[in-house]
Amino acid sequence: MTDAPDSKPVQPEDALLAEAAPAPRQRSRWETAWRELRRAPLSAQIGLIVIVCYIILGVFAPVIAPYPENELVGSQYEPWSDEFVFGTDQLGRDMLSRLIFGARNTIGIAFVTTILAFAIGGSLGLLASILGGWADQALGRAVDVLMAIPLLIFALVLLSIVGTSLINLIVIIAVLDSTRVFRLSRAVSMNVVVMDFVEAARLQGEGLGWIMTREILPNIMPPLVAEFGLRFCFVFLTISALSFLGLGIQPPAADWGSMVRENATLINYGDITPLLPAGAIALLTVAVNFVVDWFLHKTSGLKE
Amino acid sequence: MNAVLRTVLQRLGLGVLTLFVVSIIIFSTIEMLPGDFAKAILGQSATPETVAAFQREIGLDRSAPVRYLEWIGGVLQGDFGNSFASAGALGGGQERSVLSLVAPRLANTLFLAAMAAIIAVPLALALGMLAALYRNSVFDRIVNLTTLTSISVPEFFVAYILMLFLAVKFPIFYSLASVSADTPFMERVVRCALPAMTLVLVIVAHMMRMTRAAIINLLASPYIEMSRLKGLSPSRIIYHHALPNAWAPIANVIALNLAYLIVGVVVVEVVFVYPGIGQLMVDAVSRRDIPVVQACALIFAIAYILLNLLADIASIVTNPRLLHPR
Amino acid sequence: MNQDGQETGGRSGRRGDALLEVRGLRIEGESDEVRIQIVKGIDLTLNRGEVLGLIGESGAGKSTLGLATMGFTRAGCFITAGSVVFDGVDLLKISDAEKRNIWGVHAAYVAQSAAASFNPAHRLIDQYSETPLVHGVTGESEAKSTAIDLYRRLRLPDPEHIGERYPHQVSGGQLQRAMTAMAMACGPDFIVFDEPTTALDVTTQIEVLASIKQIVRDLNTAAIYISHDLAVVAQMADRVMVLRYGELVEEGATGEMLANPQHPYTKSLWAVRSLHKEEEPGEEVLLEVRSVDAAYGVAKVLQDVSVKVPRGRTVAVVGESGSGKSTLARVITGLLPPLTGEVSYEGKPLPADLKSRPKDLLRRMQMIYQMPDTALNPRRRVRDILSRPLQFFHGLTGAARASRVKELLEMIELDESFLERLPSELSGGQKQRICIARALAAEPDLIICDEVTSALDQIVAEGILKLLLRLQDELSISYLYITHDIATVRAIADTIVVMYQGEIVQQGLKHEVLTPPHHPYTDLLLSSVPEMDTSWLDSLLAERAARKARGETVLESADQ
Repeated sequence: MTDAPDSKPVQPEDALLAEAAPAPRQRSRWETAWRELRRAPLSAQIGLIVIVCYIILGVFAPVIAPYPENELVGSQYEPWSDEFVFGTDQLGRDMLSRLIFGARNTIGIAFVTTILAFAIGGSLGLLASILGGWADQALGRAVDVLMAIPLLIFALVLLSIVGTSLINLIVIIAVLDSTRVFRLSRAVSMNVVVMDFVEAARLQGEGLGWIMTREILPNIMPPLVAEFGLRFCFVFLTISALSFLGLGIQPPAADWGSMVRENATLINYGDITPLLPAGAIALLTVAVNFVVDWFLHKTSGLKE
Repeated sequence: MNAVLRTVLQRLGLGVLTLFVVSIIIFSTIEMLPGDFAKAILGQSATPETVAAFQREIGLDRSAPVRYLEWIGGVLQGDFGNSFASAGALGGGQERSVLSLVAPRLANTLFLAAMAAIIAVPLALALGMLAALYRNSVFDRIVNLTTLTSISVPEFFVAYILMLFLAVKFPIFYSLASVSADTPFMERVVRCALPAMTLVLVIVAHMMRMTRAAIINLLASPYIEMSRLKGLSPSRIIYHHALPNAWAPIANVIALNLAYLIVGVVVVEVVFVYPGIGQLMVDAVSRRDIPVVQACALIFAIAYILLNLLADIASIVTNPRLLHPR
Repeated sequence: MNQDGQETGGRSGRRGDALLEVRGLRIEGESDEVRIQIVKGIDLTLNRGEVLGLIGESGAGKSTLGLATMGFTRAGCFITAGSVVFDGVDLLKISDAEKRNIWGVHAAYVAQSAAASFNPAHRLIDQYSETPLVHGVTGESEAKSTAIDLYRRLRLPDPEHIGERYPHQVSGGQLQRAMTAMAMACGPDFIVFDEPTTALDVTTQIEVLASIKQIVRDLNTAAIYISHDLAVVAQMADRVMVLRYGELVEEGATGEMLANPQHPYTKSLWAVRSLHKEEEPGEEVLLEVRSVDAAYGVAKVLQDVSVKVPRGRTVAVVGESGSGKSTLARVITGLLPPLTGEVSYEGKPLPADLKSRPKDLLRRMQMIYQMPDTALNPRRRVRDILSRPLQFFHGLTGAARASRVKELLEMIELDESFLERLPSELSGGQKQRICIARALAAEPDLIICDEVTSALDQIVAEGILKLLLRLQDELSISYLYITHDIATVRAIADTIVVMYQGEIVQQGLKHEVLTPPHHPYTDLLLSSVPEMDTSWLDSLLAERAARKARGETVLESADQ
């Protein structure tokens, strides 16, 4: 023992053979986070800055955007000018303003969907790993079957049936994507469930709620957080793809995927305007991926 | 060989079972249709008689299990029923079978997917293995950043960039991939160049990252360390010790990415207005032409399940523990 | 090939000449972007035909050092200083291609996990022949015949055909010997044995030790034998080096070192367990297991098991892996309801399933685990870990709970400074003490101890055992102590239960079980435990051979 008080009988363990116990760290969480951040690779730092910019744009969209979201302020497809920095779209709305409002709509919807997917998949995954037995089997088989149909295809089928409203879109994508969350959370939670401290809690008679939230959840947060980033990218891309196909977020809401589709014809005239919303999507997912990549690298302790 | 055969048969059985369940799911989505669906399809002016006739036509007057058996029986014989799009012109217009819509487009999609796969698979495997062998080198880092970027980018972004540069600014290829049944083979290849390139770019990134991870995982095995300590050359270690154990992970990577290709094809076909099954499905969804949607979904699901099945079988028949049971 | 051992020494030297000289070797490992020193300036000399034992506990850097003597480092490790001169060549200064001419031919390696170190895709014989063929030492048919010869010398069953098998078709102990044969394929001057028997059971270990010892002696190969088990090294090595935290603690001839260790750390390793508890038969039976059968699915793991645990006494359950001793604990705690039979507590039958046991019964039976690392939630601080059972079982809150937590810490000889620590900020022994305190917090009558000291370094384990004995004295707790380690049993048990393949083969008071005549399996188990005596293995083998010659049946490990 490194710091046993004097009054204790001196153990051989204490005296000459002090074990190399790591000294308790005194740094606060924020200090540690800040230190890690400064040591992070350039790609992750750039990624974080980009994400923060997007969040600011989304939150303060009405303040930042020069024109309202859906007002016709010019004629169709006006070129880039001082008045309309990125020109106007197929109806004559300001492209820049719609891009800024798009940040709010597109990211917001993808974020809500991802949270829903995590709430469903995460809790079921945790439950399956703790309960084991037939509950685990049943959930596992159900997920296997749902995953046997490609997500975008399944989403298309369901959207053709229930129609393309915003709520439908969010619920369908969240439920389908929750299968992937289920797989991961079950797998990582399984690694924790087999640990002795969980068995100790069970032997103590602790309830399901305690075991889930106090014993397991804190120990699987890092992989879940990383997965949240990845799933967000996936959901974001899927919703954008659906919007691009005309089956996702419906007009007149400003949304990047739809904006690409609405203005796509401009490409044929060598105009890069339709690439702007596409690029906005790409930049955000790249940024998130860079941050997640670094985070995974940090938390897994892997050097590969 | 008995154990291998038994495991393969088990896996095949499971595959058939999955297909069966998936077909039930796809079929039963129609049960979720809202009541006023017929009106939505036939238009507000539809008379009660036409609505009743339409409902009889799609069989809503019979029980679901009966209709499923009829449907799956037809599907097994290549009959997917009739498109709703023709139902609107009930009586007057000509009925179009789903099969006649799907078949030519399926051929087009398979052509495009095959073209992309033939380029992407060898390229990705080679790059992935190189990155694994020279991991943490400058080459590996550059490859890592590039692929991380390109897997994060939506397909339509890649597609439009290629279109902008290779068709509009420098008119090398066609910006629209319009082909028909009598387009000659070489002409077809040239017209498909941009969509195929888009798919290749997206798939290669995914696939080489997975290949790299699988190979690195393999090279971390103690038996690889042992083979180094036996003084074997790197090439012998790769060919003799790593490769015989690499088939299963590699087959998995290929299957996963070809399955990804299936999804990617939908968006890419729409961008390049390519008459494939993906575009057909998207059109059918916006017209709510359920029989066509179901047929397309079933075809996509079959392809997806089949690919995973093949990967599983590949890993079974290369598993020494099954090949040489105790 | 010097298969018959007549050419004493290697190509260019005689027995006794220095074959390997390591000077000032420093190795750093990179973890989490921080470099830590693993080996801190080691000098080492190995003569031809000599076996050097490397002793040390986990984290001593002995494996890293062992590999480095072949000029090999694992990914993430870097040699920062020093030289490794093997047969006149500094292995740290030559290219990989040059090293490949040495590896496998002149220097070979035997790894801890044979199952993982054989390529699953190739036959044993092909993996054997690979080295001589690739290095052009022998042709294929010659390689095959030397393989069969080595397999025979290593006492593998059916030496003519065992090479035709794939690694997964051969048992662990046999695979370990097949790997030794593979290392010997080119008749190397030098072999590194990296804990070759650590993963094996004691009765299997004997066979492997005996065959390795004999073949190294016969072929006059120099070897570095790495182990954490002193008694094992005492059988194998001529000379011993003791490592701790990457530094050399002491070095000397094995016999001398055993007789007269100098450094306090060495003494602590050498000291035979100073603990000895006088056995006392118990009066009142606290827990009774009556003719229990249990199974995982269809695999039956317990057959008609009956055990009594008296109040305030220690019952030690001894057995090898697969004997069912941990399953017995699972049945008692209710994690695995038995097929037939029952468990009763203070004479009253216990509900078979954990979920139907009342809270107070759960409180009275606590468990301590083998791995303190996994037995504590890494995200909870010591204060929370100890407070929870106090609140859960006794409804304690606020100041009463806080003062009880402090009392508990005192009982396990730790102070208040530990309250805010996370498990990752504790050493192995401290973690195990916290586990004990957590069990004590419930104020139990019975604690089930599942191999609680086997993951700990010897000296730390001793402290834990002393603590357990003191607590038993003060609080009159019963222990059901599960272990494979006979020395621990001698130290703490009142009664002993010997298990083998799911059945109890013998049980009784400590002196009854430990003094002959034993049940044949108890005899095999007891006699297979290595002793701190350089001649132990030789005399044991001689004795077993003599008994066989006299026509007595000698039980052998399941591996043969």
